[in-house]
Amino acid sequence: MVSVAQVWDWLDEVPDPEIPVISVTDLGIVRDVTVEGETVVVTVTPTYSGCPATSVINFEIEKALRDKGVAEVRLERQLDPPWTTDWLKPEAREKLRAYGIAPPIDGTRAEGVVEGRIKRLTGAALTVPCPRCGSEDTQKVSQFGSTPCKAAYQCRSCLEPFDYFKCI
Amino acid sequence: METVVDLDAMLFEGLCRMGDTTLVLGHRVSEWCGHAPVLEEDIALANMALDLIGQTQLWLGLAGEVEGKGRDADMLAFRRDAWEFRNLLLVERPNGDFGQTLMRQFLFDAWHQPMLKALEGSNDPRIAEIAAKAGREVAYHLERSADLVIRLGDGTAESHKRMQTALDRLWPYTGEMMTSDATDRALSEAGVMAAPDTIRPQWEAVVGEVLGEATLKAPEGAYMHKGGKQGTHSEHLGHMLATMQWLQRAYPDAKW
Repeated sequence: MVSVAQVWDWLDEVPDPEIPVISVTDLGIVRDVTVEGETVVVTVTPTYSGCPATSVINFEIEKALRDKGVAEVRLERQLDPPWTTDWLKPEAREKLRAYGIAPPIDGTRAEGVVEGRIKRLTGAALTVPCPRCGSEDTQKVSQFGSTPCKAAYQCRSCLEPFDYFKCI
Repeated sequence: METVVDLDAMLFEGLCRMGDTTLVLGHRVSEWCGHAPVLEEDIALANMALDLIGQTQLWLGLAGEVEGKGRDADMLAFRRDAWEFRNLLLVERPNGDFGQTLMRQFLFDAWHQPMLKALEGSNDPRIAEIAAKAGREVAYHLERSADLVIRLGDGTAESHKRMQTALDRLWPYTGEMMTSDATDRALSEAGVMAAPDTIRPQWEAVVGEVLGEATLKAPEGAYMHKGGKQGTHSEHLGHMLATMQWLQRAYPDAKW
């Protein structure tokens, strides 16, 4: 019989389909692993409710475990508590930066128009350093980048466009 | 026993009101895919549509579960007729120009965000967890649409004119969002969903502030349309559903 720790180790090697430099456990979406007799139960929480990668992630997890010889795999969805970028592992943030994606800045998730405006007016608006040159002279191009979880930014120093993994 | 059955029937209605609204708006917004004025906006609109469709799967999935007749989210989305839809009239308005699409989004987001906040307090954990999940996504929608309404309203003479026209056209469809009927009141009294009229103060505060900064003026004393929540729709919904549902209607239960 397979151990829970062994399953976690295997899951550490399942890449996120859209950002393959980080794994599903780096992303913090695997909430629980249990072994019930011959069945391995993996509880996964979706990142964004409409993220098209969700079904691919479930497929990849199931495939990885079957490849390791697990006969019965059951995936369960857990919505509560909702996924937050706070659950990204520290090492995952470095991997994102090296990949060219600015990692989320904790504690900066959108809370609505009033709070957002207060932050802007008080000068507490978000500064996202460029993942390539480190400059803080960057600007938001669009609230949504190549996926719902990212915003599009551009660095005014090195002029490179980049994705920012938004805090949620 | 009978009151329990009634509450479930009403809950099905209430969940369809949320799910149909996000579905219809999600589809409308997705119509921009490949047509937006600039690439960044095209991508942003497609991503917002994706969020809304994802939320639809949660709301309508739960609606099907509550109904207990074996209908899942796809079945509800693709195999019902226009009169069975419970979406707000605002979201079925055609896209119009980019300004009208944005104004519709802003007027809706300013309602959607506080509504989800209120639903987080539902005594039904299935509703509270969907609202908590969706609320984080919608906070970004509202930031974006408010920013763009300000930028275009307080922009060039042309962009200002278009945004004011959009506001004048869409304003009569905002009243329905904050009008409670018997179903809304019963669900609110049971503690499962929030009464729409309680959202009004927050909606008015955000809309007033943003329109002020955008130098736009809301029409006064406008007639307010209603009926979408009860299944009385404009002709636009039928046309939209014909496009959205054709495959599942032509090939029922098709799999790929």
